[in-house]
Amino acid sequence: MIRREGYRIRYPSTPINRMLASIRALSDKRKGKYVLVAPATVMILAIVLFPLLYAIVVSFQNIDARTAVGTFVGPKNYLDAFRDARFLNALGNTLFFTGVAVTFELLLGFILAQTLIGHLPGKRFIVPILMLPVVIAPLIVGYTWRMLWDTQYGPINQVLGWFAGRPIELVWLANPVTVWPAIFITEIWQWTPFMFLVLLAGLTAINPEYREAAEIDGASSWQTLRYITLPLIWPVMAVAILFRALDAFKVFDIIFALTNGGPGTMTETISLYAYSVGFRNFRISYMAALTLILIAIVSVAITFLWRRMSADQERMA
Amino acid sequence: MTTSAYKTLAPTAARKRTWQKARTYAWRYALLVGALGFFGFPAFWIATIAFKSSSEYFRNPPVWIPASPNIAQNLDKVVRTGGLTSIGNSLIVTTSATLIALIVGTLAAYSLARYRTGGPNFAFWILSQRFLPPVSVVFPVFLLFRALRWVDTFHGLIVLYATFSLPFVVWMMRSYIREVPIEIEESAQVDGASRLRTLFSITLPLASPGLIATGIFTFIFNWNEFLFALVLSRTNVITYPVKLTSYFGPEAAFWGEAATVSLLATLPVVIATLLMQRYLVTGLTLGAVK
Repeated sequence: MIRREGYRIRYPSTPINRMLASIRALSDKRKGKYVLVAPATVMILAIVLFPLLYAIVVSFQNIDARTAVGTFVGPKNYLDAFRDARFLNALGNTLFFTGVAVTFELLLGFILAQTLIGHLPGKRFIVPILMLPVVIAPLIVGYTWRMLWDTQYGPINQVLGWFAGRPIELVWLANPVTVWPAIFITEIWQWTPFMFLVLLAGLTAINPEYREAAEIDGASSWQTLRYITLPLIWPVMAVAILFRALDAFKVFDIIFALTNGGPGTMTETISLYAYSVGFRNFRISYMAALTLILIAIVSVAITFLWRRMSADQERMA
Repeated sequence: MTTSAYKTLAPTAARKRTWQKARTYAWRYALLVGALGFFGFPAFWIATIAFKSSSEYFRNPPVWIPASPNIAQNLDKVVRTGGLTSIGNSLIVTTSATLIALIVGTLAAYSLARYRTGGPNFAFWILSQRFLPPVSVVFPVFLLFRALRWVDTFHGLIVLYATFSLPFVVWMMRSYIREVPIEIEESAQVDGASRLRTLFSITLPLASPGLIATGIFTFIFNWNEFLFALVLSRTNVITYPVKLTSYFGPEAAFWGEAATVSLLATLPVVIATLLMQRYLVTGLTLGAVK
């Protein structure tokens, strides 16, 4: 029996119809909007947030490979972290890595973007090739370069040998002098294209009349860059820097493939150290503390990013 | 006659400008050739290794062009060492996770785009999950999965990848849905379509380029993921990045196998990216730069 009541249809109350009615409730504006976000929210809560809360509890205990049941030890694990020379070394390495990598990527990316701005025959074929490193798995990039840097069978020593006129046998990835440059060149290879693409998009969006006006007024190319281009591109550049810095800070794959933190712990970053604490030594409580310290550090950068992006939001809303 | 007279009489400004123009072009092309060499060479090298025999890629000085290019020998070794299975595993995990994330994420995105559910802070709370360092996410997850006995299972990895993809999907789809004019939706509703009906037959078709781009980039991000897989796979669900690590032991190096797996795993991603070029910057910056 179907009765019409106003514009609404009343269905007889069978289990299937009740189920269908609850699906139809999605179209009810007030309830529907929460039903729609519920699955996503539940997944994030269950898989990311709930385990994280559990990690907070664990970080105040003393669970490790030998003791499965922990007792409360207060903030000991956090205090230990800041006395842990290897952790501080890893933190320093990570900051060093992030600073140097992002700086070079920004500079090279900006130069490339400037080179490709405006009319240039062949641009349609050049840009796609330059952007590809960005989508290749960082682990593959790391292993590929590991073969390129190889002392005996790699082409880099060979090419250097041609210029030097004698065989070059640098052990790039184990020599304390060359290991960082090798990592940086690999990292720059993969992520300069990110900066380049984002900055190119930003530069293309700038009205060329501003620059032309400056040139007509007799500004030198340096002055045009300093007083016209840079201020206009800064919002885009800031976002690009924050994205890259957040990403570089958690670097794992490339260094795992190239050196795995070596020689010794010279190139060990936070992610690599935390991995070995948690999954090689099973120091569970200490790892939980490191996890939360990491999140606290990253949160600062995320807040900056939020400010940048929420300015964007207001424009959109 | 007149032109040559013009040239001899007033050569300076015009000629100077052409000369300057030619010089900038020369500089730009020189720089770009250098860049193309730098960014292209590793791809060339990995491809040649895949086509070399082991006596060729383990030779000093290195051989640049293989004498008889042949990928079959390396492919055969990849199959025998389980490399192809690992790519299949990656395909299962990545495709399932991407589909789940697309469905769940798009529903949430629609709600956020049209009703601003939870306000801007809720939207950013979802987004901020994306920036958490994977190493700090995976450890608590590992403890949870160990309790659930989800370590080394397909569903464990799929659920983790789907969840970690949600911030990206929600954020991207929110902005793509916003670009669909609300008037079209309203007129559909005036014609009697329900909310869900409007979403599926009006909004999503109109936002489908964005949906496809989001899907492809979600796929690529998951495809490239290594740390979660490293922690959560043992023997059943070995994805290709984990397999790659086994080709680089402390004692032995299986370069031919590694290069072939890398090539097989990268080619689809490269093709997809070339097709999706226009959306790449938006995808990489989560819509902050268009």
